[in-house]
Amino acid sequence: MADSASQSRSRDLDKLLLRSGNLVGPTFEPGTELRDALNEFVRVLVIGAGGLGCELLKDLAFSGFRNLEVIDMDRIEVTNLNRQFLFRLGDVGKPKAEVAAKRVMERVSGVDIKPHFCRIEDKPISFYNDFHIIVLGLDSVEARSYINSVACSFLEYDSDDNPREESIKPMVDGGTEGFKGHARIIMPGVTPCFECTIWLFPPQVKFPLCTLAETPRTAAHCIEYAHLIKWDEAHSGKTFDPDDPEHMQWVYSEAVKRAELFGIPGVTYSLTQGVVKNIIPAIASTNAIISAACALETLKVVSGCSKTLTNYLTYNGVEGLHTKVTEFVRDKDCLVCGPGVLIELETSVTLKKFIDLLEDHPKLLLTRVSVTYRGKNLYMQAPPVLEEMTRSNLDLPLFELVSKTPRDIVHVTGAAGKGDTKQSCSRKLRVVFKGMDVDMAGGA
Amino acid sequence: MAEPKVKYDRQLRIWGEQGQAALEKASICLLNCGPTGSETLKNLVLGGVGSITVVDGFKVEVGDLGNNFMVDESSVGESKAKCVCAFLQELNDAVKAKFIEDCPEELIETNPSFFSQFTLVIATQLVADSMVKLDRICREANIILIFARSYGLMGFVRISVKEHTVIESKPDHFLDDLRLNNPWPELTRFTETIDLNTTDAVVHKHTPYIIILVKIAEEWANTHGGNLPSTREEKRQFKDLIKSKMITIDEENYKEAMEASFKVFSPRGIGANLQKIIDDGGTEIDSNSSDFWVMVAALKEFIANEGGGETPLEGSIPDMTSSTELYVNLQKNYQAKAEADFLVMERRIGNLLKKIGRDPASISKTNIKSFSKNARKLAVCRYRLIEEEFNSPVQPELQKYLMDEDHGTLQEANSLKVLPENTAAGLYILLRAADRFAVNYNKFPGQFDGVMDEDISRLKTTAVGLLNDLGCNSSALSEDLINEMCRYGASELHAVAAFVGGVASQEVIKLITRQFIPMSGTFIFNGIDNKSQLLLL
Repeated sequence: MADSASQSRSRDLDKLLLRSGNLVGPTFEPGTELRDALNEFVRVLVIGAGGLGCELLKDLAFSGFRNLEVIDMDRIEVTNLNRQFLFRLGDVGKPKAEVAAKRVMERVSGVDIKPHFCRIEDKPISFYNDFHIIVLGLDSVEARSYINSVACSFLEYDSDDNPREESIKPMVDGGTEGFKGHARIIMPGVTPCFECTIWLFPPQVKFPLCTLAETPRTAAHCIEYAHLIKWDEAHSGKTFDPDDPEHMQWVYSEAVKRAELFGIPGVTYSLTQGVVKNIIPAIASTNAIISAACALETLKVVSGCSKTLTNYLTYNGVEGLHTKVTEFVRDKDCLVCGPGVLIELETSVTLKKFIDLLEDHPKLLLTRVSVTYRGKNLYMQAPPVLEEMTRSNLDLPLFELVSKTPRDIVHVTGAAGKGDTKQSCSRKLRVVFKGMDVDMAGGA
Repeated sequence: MAEPKVKYDRQLRIWGEQGQAALEKASICLLNCGPTGSETLKNLVLGGVGSITVVDGFKVEVGDLGNNFMVDESSVGESKAKCVCAFLQELNDAVKAKFIEDCPEELIETNPSFFSQFTLVIATQLVADSMVKLDRICREANIILIFARSYGLMGFVRISVKEHTVIESKPDHFLDDLRLNNPWPELTRFTETIDLNTTDAVVHKHTPYIIILVKIAEEWANTHGGNLPSTREEKRQFKDLIKSKMITIDEENYKEAMEASFKVFSPRGIGANLQKIIDDGGTEIDSNSSDFWVMVAALKEFIANEGGGETPLEGSIPDMTSSTELYVNLQKNYQAKAEADFLVMERRIGNLLKKIGRDPASISKTNIKSFSKNARKLAVCRYRLIEEEFNSPVQPELQKYLMDEDHGTLQEANSLKVLPENTAAGLYILLRAADRFAVNYNKFPGQFDGVMDEDISRLKTTAVGLLNDLGCNSSALSEDLINEMCRYGASELHAVAAFVGGVASQEVIKLITRQFIPMSGTFIFNGIDNKSQLLLL
């Protein structure tokens, strides 16, 4: 059915972007301006160029986005090739971000992808602020936590404790493991951030030391004994490198010896690798599903062309196929995305006076307070050596200690509660110095 | 061959060597290689499927460059099947890739026997009439068929095969087979060699909970007329009894015993799912019966005789606080019983095979072992012909899906309206209505600009007519959803195609490896708010 529309590259996407609808986002304005804005102005950052990242780059390139950047610190390995389809055998050893970017640009003309072969911590915070939206294809809780804290650090609140819309840095986060996965939207200040729902990620299984040392029962116990205990005994000083086949082989043979000693079956080289490297089984299909969901949500969040996921999708394909959407709620006191308790101060107030104020503040009632600012210890109650080091700050004005920033975030820990029921806690404080020009507020 | 194995390491950890071998033997046919088909096949090619045949009658258009990764600038004007095939071949050179430049509809009409050569057919972007015809062909020839379709922000996936049996279902959470409530003689004898009242504190805290529970259960039964705890009060008392045996509060093994005490209360014998399969198997097997049903017949005999109401023992035990020696010995006990049960099954299966005129060794030891181990977890999936579903869906189910439940009206929350729960069902109906529309008007609703109002009203009439034919309440479809369907104009969006393709490819893997349980019913992807649904019609 030849038609002038079919001669356009955006033949299918146009139906969503150029046509009005009723089941759309509140700010949706269909038309070529929207489509062109997506093409030319919107900048998307993809974090990770592995199983999810490869799929994300492709999906986003085909969802109208033309300005993409991707960051990944890893190099390509043979075991990636069963799902990271942008890589070939000849690419093994090369940086993932660079090869991924190149491959997608080769096949999808008009898309520009800038690769960054480095750690996410190596980029200045301001780098992340250059993007309209950040899409995560990560495989660790720590990395997610880091990016989450960066994105949430851009968030500003007005005097009514409402988030300022222009400071919201949306994130779309995906994760997979075997036949399971999740996709979620994080709008700092609106939906829960990663920290608000940190309890969703169960802690890693660690075997008790006495089991490893005295009463091993399973093959995994024997392996972890060789990996965590025997290695150090036999190679004091030398760090174990899971990517060194000789190291792995050593752990394997020691595990076999131990297993034979205790009559425990099941130690194989494959299991040894799996336990030591904490290998998560992975297949192309689950990554495809979760990435597609994330890319689709990214398109919807940025363009408003449809409703969005509210706000967490879990997927399980082990028995049949099950998806579930849960609307999680923010933790208003979240240390990362919350507004923090507002404290207004004169610029002359010393750190000591500030700490004393917190004891009487109705929302805080904190005693034995320690104060940190942007990762720096301003005053620590313990241990004694740190207390001594930071004691001199107590007499300095807080305004000086925060480099005369008129308003900023300060974190405190202390004991809250009355009488016998005191509990240790951490709180986020929004410090505003009186007499400062409010419009000078920092931020993007 | 060491190299291919390393590449597949991450997936071998899921379906093992046997699963991989099944994939590498499979030959798959793909109908239509737009993004939906291409993405489905890409995932399978990456996984090492044996051979693929791509069937598509179209040439690559400029519009395809905006949604299909397998074609590029240089492919415009070329056969789409040829280009996609070339890309997939390059993705994994171990896969044998072929293409046929033909419209699938043509093949369905004029050459139905074409499909018999394949293990499985993936049919994408077919309209209802073609689906029905292809379904009949594949059902007749006993070829596994899976439909996948992307339409705007919605998607459709449906398996169609008469029967699919699964031995290695590998469910997520399944109770271990410890027989704490029904120990066999050797296990009881073994526990009798252990004294729970030992004064040696180290031994006391390293007695595994299996032994603790078997002994305490026996003690309870002796003082309760041979019965195990059944009322809530009795269960509480049982836990207290365990607690009373602790000599210090930090005995992990006793804590584990208390946590695991529910395993003592669970009913003996086989579960409802397995009972249904055994009943399904019917009474008579013959030379045409599949290996699965022969083994089920043997299982039925086993349960009634040597099993004493139980399946063959699975044979593994979970990790638990214990001395190494006791744990290893316990393990050996369980493995020995599992082995003995397996030998009985092997014998019975051999006899049954002889009875139906087959070679008694024609079912391998490996398969019998796997069957015995997984006896409690067997699964049987059956799928209606798509024609039957379309003409006579399970009416009360369809009505239920279409009716709003909690969300009777659109709710306002933070200025984001929440869609009604029946959106997925509504999309299912509208997809079918769109196909009817296409038959009547030779185009899809909203396919062309400028006639939107007319198309909306025509689609509504068509949908209402369809609902009436199915005996359903026609007011269940919202105006907004009808508008939305027209907005889509039969577009094939890449992100939706990638999602649908991911789902379809995963189901194909389950069907070919015969591991894990494939989805039942019809999957509707709802890309509006991601509340997708499985409709059992």
